[in-house]
This record gives sequence, C-alpha cells and structure tokens, in this order.
Amino acid sequence: MTGSRSGSLPRYILQRVLLVIPMIWVILTLVFIVLRVAPGDPVSAALGGKLNDEALDQRRTALGFNDPLIQQYWDYLSSVVRLDFGTTFSDNQKVLEVVRDNGGATLSLTLAAFVIALLLGIPLGLVAGRYRDTVPDVVIRVFGILTYAAPIFFVGFLLQAYVAKPLGLPTSGAAGVETVFYMERDGLNKTHVLLFDVFLSGNSYYIEDVLKHLLLPALTLGLLICGVFIRLVRVNILQTMQSDYVEAAEARGISTSKVTRRHAFRNALVPVITVIGLQFALLLGGAVLTESTFNWPGLGQRLVEYINDRDYVAVQGIVTVFAIAVVLISLLVDIVNALIDPRVRY
Amino acid sequence: MRKFLKILAKPFTETAGLARWMLVIGLAITAVFVILAIFAPLLAPYGFAQASADGVKFPKAGAPSGDHWFGTDRLFFDVLSRVIWGARTAIEVVILSIVICVAVGVPLGLVSGYYGGWVDRILVLIMDAMFAFPSFLLAIVFSFLLTGLLGGTVLAVALSLSAIYVPQYFRVVRNTTVSAKEAAYVEAARAIGASDFVIMRRYLFGNVVQSVPVLGTLNAADAILTLAGLGFLGLGIQSTDAAEWGHDLNRALADAGSGIWWTGLYPGLAIVLLVTGLTLVGEGLNETINPTLRRRRLLPVVMSGPAAREER
Repeated sequence: MTGSRSGSLPRYILQRVLLVIPMIWVILTLVFIVLRVAPGDPVSAALGGKLNDEALDQRRTALGFNDPLIQQYWDYLSSVVRLDFGTTFSDNQKVLEVVRDNGGATLSLTLAAFVIALLLGIPLGLVAGRYRDTVPDVVIRVFGILTYAAPIFFVGFLLQAYVAKPLGLPTSGAAGVETVFYMERDGLNKTHVLLFDVFLSGNSYYIEDVLKHLLLPALTLGLLICGVFIRLVRVNILQTMQSDYVEAAEARGISTSKVTRRHAFRNALVPVITVIGLQFALLLGGAVLTESTFNWPGLGQRLVEYINDRDYVAVQGIVTVFAIAVVLISLLVDIVNALIDPRVRY
Repeated sequence: MRKFLKILAKPFTETAGLARWMLVIGLAITAVFVILAIFAPLLAPYGFAQASADGVKFPKAGAPSGDHWFGTDRLFFDVLSRVIWGARTAIEVVILSIVICVAVGVPLGLVSGYYGGWVDRILVLIMDAMFAFPSFLLAIVFSFLLTGLLGGTVLAVALSLSAIYVPQYFRVVRNTTVSAKEAAYVEAARAIGASDFVIMRRYLFGNVVQSVPVLGTLNAADAILTLAGLGFLGLGIQSTDAAEWGHDLNRALADAGSGIWWTGLYPGLAIVLLVTGLTLVGEGLNETINPTLRRRRLLPVVMSGPAAREER
C-alpha cells in the first residue's frame, strides 16, 4: 500500500515536469508568431522616423530581422534556452537586467496582495458559506462581486482621492527618494527586492517608508483576488457541508459548530491551494494595471512603457519571462497539490 | 414559440430566493445599459467629443452643475455624455467579441472533440497554453499588435478580447462533445447513415451549446473589465473615435489628488455597475444550470404520526 503511493508520486512529478517543456515551447511559439511574423518589423516600428531607409536596413540585418523566419524562430528558441532574452531597442538594456531591476517590485507587490487577499477572503468566505442565505452571506457575496467588478484603476482612484490624503499615505512609487538613494549608496540592495532589502538593513525608517508605499497598491491588487477566494471558499463550504462525512459527524451528535470547524472548513480549504496557482496569472495581469495606477516601478510598468515605444524586443522578452514564470508557478502548485491530496496523483 | 418561451423562463421558474433576485437585479442593470447604448444619441446631452455648445465653450474641469450634471473634464468634455456614449462602446465591443468567440470556439471544439486524433491533441495543447497565459497580458500583446495593424478601432479591441476567451469556449464544447458522441442517440444516427456533418449539426450542437450562455455572460463581464484595462493603459480605442470609460479614468487619475472627483467617479461607477449586472446574471444562470449548487423550491413534507419531524 505504502509502496504504491510513494512510487506514484515521483512518477507524477516527473510527468508533470516533462509536460512543462512542450507547454513552454507552445507559448514561446505563440509569442514568436504574434510578435514576429506579424507585418511591420521591430526596427522600423521603433526607429522609423529617426533613420533613413539604408540605415534601417543595416540595423535590420545586424539584428537578424532579414533572416528567413525559420532561422529567426530557431535563434529565438535557442537564445531563450540560454536565458538570453535580447537587448531592448529604446534604452539598450539587457532584458534580463530589466527583469532583475524591476521584477523585485512586482514580486513584493504580488506577494503582499496575496497575503491581503487570503487574510480577507478566507474568513469572509467561511462565514458566507456557513450562514448561507442569511444577511451576512448576502453582504459578503455582494462585497465579493464588487471587488471583482471594480477595476483596479478605479479602486486606485478612489483610494488616492479619499484615503491617501487624510492618512498621509504616498500614492506614487515603491519608496521615498531618500530611501532609494541611501539604500543604493550604502550598498544595501543585496537581493534587488526592495522589500527584502529594507528588512535586511534593519533600519526602521526605511522599513516604515517602504511599507507605507506598499499599503495602497497591495490593498488595491489584493481586493481584486479577494473576491475570488470568497466565492471559492463559500462554494466549497456549501459542498462539503452536504457531504456524507459531515452528515455522519452530525449524526454522531457532534455539535454543528464543531463539525463546521473541524470537518468542513479544513477540507474546503484544500482547493484554495489549486486556485492560488490560477490566481497568479490573474494577479500578474492585475499587477500591470496596479503598477500603472500607482506609478509602481515594476515589470508591468516597464512593459507598458516599452509597448508605447513599440519596442518589440523588450515586449517579447518581458512577455516570455512572464509566460515562463506562470508555467513554473503552476508546476509548483500542482506538485504541492499532489503532496496534499493523494487523489490528484492517479 | 411556447417551447422557446419556456426555455427562456427556465432560470426564473427553477430558481428561488437569492438566486432569483440576483438574476432579476442583474437583468435590470444590464437592460439599463443596453438601453443607454442603443439610444445614446438621444439620451446623451452632448456628443462624446464635444467641447462647446451654441458657440459657448464648456468649463475646463467644471464641477457638476445644472448644465453638466456630472461636470466636465480637463478636455472640456461633458462627463455625463461620455459615460452614456461609453456604454455604447462597451456593449459594441463585448457583443462583437462574444460573437467572434462563439463563431470560432464552438465549431473548433465540436470538430476537435468529435474527430479526436492528432488534430484534437494539437488544438488542446495550443488552447491550454493560451489559457494558462495571463489573460490580461494576452490581451495586451494582441492589442499591441492589432492596434498597430487596424488602428484603435472597435474591431481591433474586440479581436484582442476574443483571443482570451476562445480557449474557454473551445474547452467546454470539446469536452461535452467527447462525452456526448458516445451517447446512444449519436450511434443510432450513425447507424441510419447520417454524415459526420449532420451528426455534429443536428445531434451534437444542441447538446453542447447549453453551457455557452453562462460562459457568455460571465465572459461579457470580464470583457468589460479587460476593455477598460486596455483603455486605461492607452492601448484600446482612441478617445477621439469613441468614448471609453477606462481611458477616461486614466485621464482622471491625475485629478484624484486635486479634489476633482467627478471625472473619475462616474465612469468608474458605470464599469462597476455593468460588470456587477452581468456577473449577477451569469451567477444566477449558473446556479440554475449547475445542479450541485441548485436549491429547488421545496414543498413542505407533512408526515403523520408522533414521530413526525420538520424537514431540514
């Protein structure tokens, strides 16, 4: 019995890891087709007005855009394998460096948003499911729908207009100018993630400054997925409350509150882990909007800037990085899920 | 005709309590916006890019007043008019993108599920990859490309939105086709010599499209948000071509700190209301169609004898 279980888990993980390769390949191909095969080439899109035709053609040849498509496709795939995502047109930076310098801000924003969403969403969902069709359920469900229905930039607008000023909270950037300057001057930016760096530095002024900047953007982004957690936990509670083992526990005379706490709640939370992986994709999309709203120096903000510059290489590189991140996160979630729930492995 | 009405009334007759209320409220909200969209030229006091009337220039970022109920923005435009015209843009884009999604996703799903084999495998792989990709990023990439090709038109944005939702329709239709094609009535049809096309059109189609309306309304809600998001980033419809709520909010963001609340509040509320309305319709339909969530109206059970207990 134990043998077959421990035997199938590694096999499942191996299968899942092997599946990542075609998955990434398909996404890369999709990105390539959308951005490269489409009419209009990157060089004239970015530098069209600035150089004459001859100079444009030289640039195109130098960058390989005059090669046959199949050759370009191969070059693209092999450079991604070497983790080389190219150099941007507009500001001549390595895409990987852009990712390193700005990815940290996106990471801390999404992590903080996740924490806020879980802290708000799970308790609210439990209450709504437990007291189905009562006033708290209706209020919580409407709240859940509203958090989903309100666009990020509208929530951001409301927070900036009505909350930021009275509380004296900043609405732009990830940290004050001083913090950024001194952190860099004193060589304290070890991890390139400002949030982690300030905690490592142990300076309470920097920590406070960074957390203050983080609060409103993280709340805005967190509210977006908080509604998803409310809905999910609520539906799961409804379904587990109808299951046989809950009925059996009730039949044995265990009090309703104990049954919900000890039997229903726990099992209702398992699917949340699966959905966290799916939410990551939603969160990345939301991060782009949150970063624009709060002028947050993250990858999404850079992506929008490069799009406005029509910098194909940068857009392609950043999108590729996002895609790989999503696939890897979903791999991680599937493995964690298989560890927790044995049914997934078979 | 009666049968059709019966199907239409099904969500109302089969739901009770909260689910029914959600459905009714959702339909009412959606209807208001559809009316605004259809009659925008009659209902809006001014044009969406009109900065003066009768030779008098509108105030710049003027507060709400008798002439301008929702105030005016920094470009001298009337906010109320832009909100009403924005409903037309939103509904146009959403209807167009859902039509594209159904027209592409349903046939692909039917063919893929019915024939199976390597075509099915490749399509599933592509669709899964698209589905796994962060949908808003997908929309950004597609609109980056399509607005480059077609300009910031309704069609370009609708196509970018379709790219996100086609995989969902494909998936649902394909999976139901795979299970439905094993049914006895399909085998019977095949036995009497029906061609593959006839089987798909007459026998499978009706059975696999049932979940499309729910998907459609829920996607419509999401599409409104995505459209506004693209507009906010400046990747959607150009503001001189049409009024678009997301783009208006982008311009309003600069006002947030300076006490000018009306330029952002009203377009934002319009988005929230319409998305809420569509979500309520979708959820109401979902509770009707998904039997695990459905709570039918129960008739009280009267049991005789001393052991009679109230039904739970």
